[in-house]
Amino acid sequence: MIHSLFLINSAGDIFLEKHWKSVVSRSVCDYFFEAQERATEAENVPPVISTPHHYLLSVYRHKIFFVAVIQTEVPPLFVIEFLHRVVDTFQDYFGVCSEPVIKDNVVVVYEVLEEMLDNGFPLATESNILKELIKPPTILRTVVNTITGSTNVGDQLPTGQLSVVPWRRTGVKYTNNEAYFDVIEEIDAIIDKSGSTVTAEIQGVIDACVKLTGMPDLTLSFMNPRLLDDVSFHPCVRFKRWESERILSFIPPDGNFRLLSYHVSAQNLVAIPVYVKHNISFRDSSSLGRFEITVGPKQTMGKSIEGVTVSSQMPRGVLSMNLTPSQGTHTFDPVTKMLSWDVGKINPQKLPSLKGTVSLQAGASKPDENPTINLQFKIQQLAISGLKVNRLDMYGEKYKPFKGIKYMTKAGKFQVRT
Amino acid sequence: MTDSKYFTTTKKGEIFELKAELNSDKKEKKKEAVKKVIASMTVGKDVSALFPDVVNCMQTDNLELKKLVYLYLMNYAKSQPDMAIMAVNTFVKDCEDPNPLIRALAVRTMGCIRVDKITEYLCEPLRKCLKDEDPYVRKTAAVCVAKLHDINAQLVEDQGFLDTLKDLISDSNPMVVANAVAALSEIAESHPSSNLLDLNPQSINKLLTALNECTEWGQIFILDCLANYTPKDDREAQSICERVTPRLSHANSAVVLSAVKVLMKFMEMLSKDLDYYGTLLKKLAPPLVTLLSAEPELQYVALRNINLIVQKRPEILKHEMKVFFVKYNDPIYVKLEKLDIMIRLASQANIAQVLAELKEYATEVDVDFVRKAVRAIGRCAIKVEQSAERCVSTLLDLIQTKVNYVVQEAIVVIKDIFRKYPNKYESVIATLCENLDSLDEPEARAAMIWIVGEYAERIDNADELLESFLEGFHDESTQVQLQLLTAIVKLFLKKPTETQELVQQVLSLATQDSDNPDLRDRGYIYWRLLSTDPVAAKEVVLAEKPLISEETDLIEPTLLDELICYIGTLASVYHKPPSAFVEGGRGVVHKSLPPRTASSESTESPETAPAGAPPGEQLDVIPTQGDLLGDLLNLDLGPPVSGPPLATSSVQMGAVDLLGSGLDSLIGASNFVSPPAAAVPANLGAPMGSGLSDLFDLTSGVGTLSGSYVAPKAVWLPAMKAKGLEISGTFTRQVGSISMDLQLTNKALQVMTDFAIQFNRNSFGLAPAAPLQVHAPLSPNQTVEISLPLNTVGSVMKMEPLNNLQVAVKNNIDVFYFSTLYPLHILFVEDGKMDRQMFLATWKDIPNENEAQFQIRDCPLNAEAVSSRLQSSNIFTIAKRNVEGQDMLYQSLKLTNGIWVLAELRIQPGNPSFMDLELSLKCRAPEVSQHVYQAYETILKN
Repeated sequence: MIHSLFLINSAGDIFLEKHWKSVVSRSVCDYFFEAQERATEAENVPPVISTPHHYLLSVYRHKIFFVAVIQTEVPPLFVIEFLHRVVDTFQDYFGVCSEPVIKDNVVVVYEVLEEMLDNGFPLATESNILKELIKPPTILRTVVNTITGSTNVGDQLPTGQLSVVPWRRTGVKYTNNEAYFDVIEEIDAIIDKSGSTVTAEIQGVIDACVKLTGMPDLTLSFMNPRLLDDVSFHPCVRFKRWESERILSFIPPDGNFRLLSYHVSAQNLVAIPVYVKHNISFRDSSSLGRFEITVGPKQTMGKSIEGVTVSSQMPRGVLSMNLTPSQGTHTFDPVTKMLSWDVGKINPQKLPSLKGTVSLQAGASKPDENPTINLQFKIQQLAISGLKVNRLDMYGEKYKPFKGIKYMTKAGKFQVRT
Repeated sequence: MTDSKYFTTTKKGEIFELKAELNSDKKEKKKEAVKKVIASMTVGKDVSALFPDVVNCMQTDNLELKKLVYLYLMNYAKSQPDMAIMAVNTFVKDCEDPNPLIRALAVRTMGCIRVDKITEYLCEPLRKCLKDEDPYVRKTAAVCVAKLHDINAQLVEDQGFLDTLKDLISDSNPMVVANAVAALSEIAESHPSSNLLDLNPQSINKLLTALNECTEWGQIFILDCLANYTPKDDREAQSICERVTPRLSHANSAVVLSAVKVLMKFMEMLSKDLDYYGTLLKKLAPPLVTLLSAEPELQYVALRNINLIVQKRPEILKHEMKVFFVKYNDPIYVKLEKLDIMIRLASQANIAQVLAELKEYATEVDVDFVRKAVRAIGRCAIKVEQSAERCVSTLLDLIQTKVNYVVQEAIVVIKDIFRKYPNKYESVIATLCENLDSLDEPEARAAMIWIVGEYAERIDNADELLESFLEGFHDESTQVQLQLLTAIVKLFLKKPTETQELVQQVLSLATQDSDNPDLRDRGYIYWRLLSTDPVAAKEVVLAEKPLISEETDLIEPTLLDELICYIGTLASVYHKPPSAFVEGGRGVVHKSLPPRTASSESTESPETAPAGAPPGEQLDVIPTQGDLLGDLLNLDLGPPVSGPPLATSSVQMGAVDLLGSGLDSLIGASNFVSPPAAAVPANLGAPMGSGLSDLFDLTSGVGTLSGSYVAPKAVWLPAMKAKGLEISGTFTRQVGSISMDLQLTNKALQVMTDFAIQFNRNSFGLAPAAPLQVHAPLSPNQTVEISLPLNTVGSVMKMEPLNNLQVAVKNNIDVFYFSTLYPLHILFVEDGKMDRQMFLATWKDIPNENEAQFQIRDCPLNAEAVSSRLQSSNIFTIAKRNVEGQDMLYQSLKLTNGIWVLAELRIQPGNPSFMDLELSLKCRAPEVSQHVYQAYETILKN
């Protein structure tokens, strides 16, 4: 099982270590540093590294490497999932997960880590249980604690810990009972030179924020549940009911949680909401190249596209770019050769474009790789897959909750090849 | 007010100040001080000097303070065992606390303190906690048993904690069940032999029930445990699969992958005709695809596993090619894995898409990735024949880009394409030759040289090209040198007139100026070949090469089956069985897939299990680069035979020959002076290039002059099991003496000496008649052939099966044991011919229940031939009759221990060339009949 955890910043300093069994010397991280050196970028450090006596599994989040040390055969996904859970818990406790924040709260971090694992076995990883065991630091609580001398460690056994619904604590009370659901879809797509789709898929999630008193039992039904054939549920969802009736039935955790994530990959179901017209050419003879891109809406069901940004990694031979945008602002970093253009909202009547010239290193041959264009955008009030919630019902409690559903579509890894 | 204040220090010295604060009367101050201590500890500062002061703070009602002190204790108790004992009382008291949280905390912390003295005190509280009324305490205690086992395994066994732990599997609370399973699995890992997790249908049912209710982590433990179970039949397998399938929709990817493992394993038992089988296949694809939309680290692990799954059951993901397309900003480790899977999934249906993608990748920035993409194009060409032409033209396009590493990679793969589709794409050679100068990597240079040599007749200036390489011969890597040598010899054989000088030059470079034994040996062989028999040389060097097969880098089927059992584990990431890398090899049990028809007897032979392994994988896979170079003459002169590299003078002699008569004869002159041909080694080692085997067929088939049939040698002891010693052998009987012909091969890196052999007692008292004599030490890669005479005066013990022989071989490294079955006919003695009258009397005398009947089908011999063939193995024909057109032979034989066996052989002409024989055997010891029949069959069919 998980033996130890080291937190390492991008400068290569170990700023926190936690051991759940015997102490493993931090020199074991030398193997990690070697791998880090070999990989040019932090993202490219391989997630599984073997050393003579241990295995190092790492994830890189918020500019911190979370390195778990294991000694025996342990499912690597188990370890990586756990590390993700650690990151999520920190974020949940402290708002952000960063080196200074962790250092500021080192004792709480240590207490939390001790609660999460026992002898390398996960103990309590649900954030609502953890929060009952160890209260997250807030300014108010710190002040109260200093005055009254009380502690931020709960001395009662968390009630949810052993119930059939370990994700929910009992005795929840709210004056305003509300349940909000956000349907968020991200499109991952690769578009080729000619504008046709190479691959496109939708990663969708339904995130919920449920603040309901007592033990509510909710059901959520869809207009078109057939879209969802590849889904992953929060443990609270009753799988049997979904299998037979295609209805989500669950006792929700308290607060924010991800109810389900889904995946739509059938090509014909994935509409591509934007197109990019591009004309990027370098010539062999001259040191000047032409650059022109235009972004326009495609299948948006009448909704407007906002928050558009275009970025592209230019070839190494590019010295500078002299461009004029029809709207928004653009920057070109001559060191990293990264071009980014903050477009904003697309006006279908007057399509945004970016035109100009590219100057290349004199004498160098024409670059052989073509830049790939990465696109970011948002469309409010639209789930591009067409998924629609039919109704939300609550059983088990008497009051009338306030309900809300929001839809949004975003670009995930949306790439246009040129 | 943050914790960073705990890091500030003052001038007086941190430790001093902390000590004062810890001993303060004020609770709040104490707590703050402990926090400071913990903060220092987390960053790796040594604060062990404060041990007594911190432990003093332990007795408190304040839970936070208590927890902090416990944290400290866990870290430092080991370095201060004597002081740690001070804490024991508090622990024991806390284990009785009315608050379950505190009881659990105490037992949990105690288990983490790895000090023997404390462990002794742990037993009683732990026993109570295992039976605690509160499930939270029970589940904590379950883990604590695993902790204790890690510290002192004997203690756990003596105290009977293991049994208590096993009882917890039937606990009413699912979390307790999950933790008990986890603890038992961890303990079982260090005790592979112990039958801790005794799984039976009842306990499986309990686990499946708990599976639905426990936390995600518990589900992982339970699923991993389920995967070790072998259902008794396909119905049970199906019902388990049905209950595991919902886990595929879990949000935790580790749960998903563990469920996939269980399904992949149990699926093996389901019949493919079953509807459910198809449903299950369909259900497996979506979760695997979903794993690919997770974070890159998860993707990586998932991809490594998908790589295995795709090889085992390609049908699952065959329509999902697109999800493996590489995104521009994927981390490099994900990109490379995706590429691998794309090639595995490539088929005629999707090849166009795949090629377009690969071409796109070949223009990316990352060099490693581009290289692999180019290589992938070549692999597609070899895998999907219809696409070969497209691939070649894509490769040519890429060569036109003139990007150095792309060109080199392309040339390496084009060489493979030439080998797969000879005489099809040679038109591109001209383009390749244009890029000769830009090649600077050995692999690419070697590939190019191979192409020039292979197609020398089509390249006008082949000699010039090769000559240009020859200039810097000594600076080249061995790979290139070897290839250059072979290529020039090929060229010489194709265009002898113009290239004499060149071949002479390369041979002398290889044999005289090189330190590399491989190169020298290959040089000599060519030299002698060319000088002894140029025609043979042509046959050997320009022989038609076997085609390379399509599928590449496949994992060997038995390993693949084992790895399928390890889906989701480190083994699946490294594609190696755990025995290959788990620390110390302890606790490694080889797992195998369950056999398809689940019945009790087939489980004992796991080797036969992989029934679903796709056929055709035994085909030779594309050899790795090194092999490719050596494909023609991968010859390894084993023992340094008779005056190794001929004295220098004779080498010069050879040179003269080659130049003079040798060449003349090639061009047509008949006068041919034979060079010192005696140097041809008389006893070549086993690993011999196929191309040469016909040349030196001295080794193959040691002619048996007379005597019984000799089976070909079989490997009795593989090198893997005997630290590098491989033993193969067979049994012979010649003129009344039995011997065991052994072939010992040293596949280790060290020299082996001091061989000895011994037999266990066996049914016929076989024993070595002389000690095993290996005259010289056996150096690495060397092979010796030994004939060990046997007698039958050893001690007798009936073996099962009757002809089983257990052998022990010793050398300077270790003692190795193996067992083998000897054919019974080596025991048939020469005076086994019975008198006619005697035969009739005995036949009647032996009771009928001792008669055994056997069929021998499709024997390619007639009565005469059968009779004489059997006679040479000491089975004597006493009489022959013809009854209703069928030949009847009456035969007798005698075993070394004096047992007579009588036989009646009825020969039924089945079809013109094959006979069906019906054999009736009568013997006073009927158990030998079966083996006598087997002897008959081997003699007659070989």
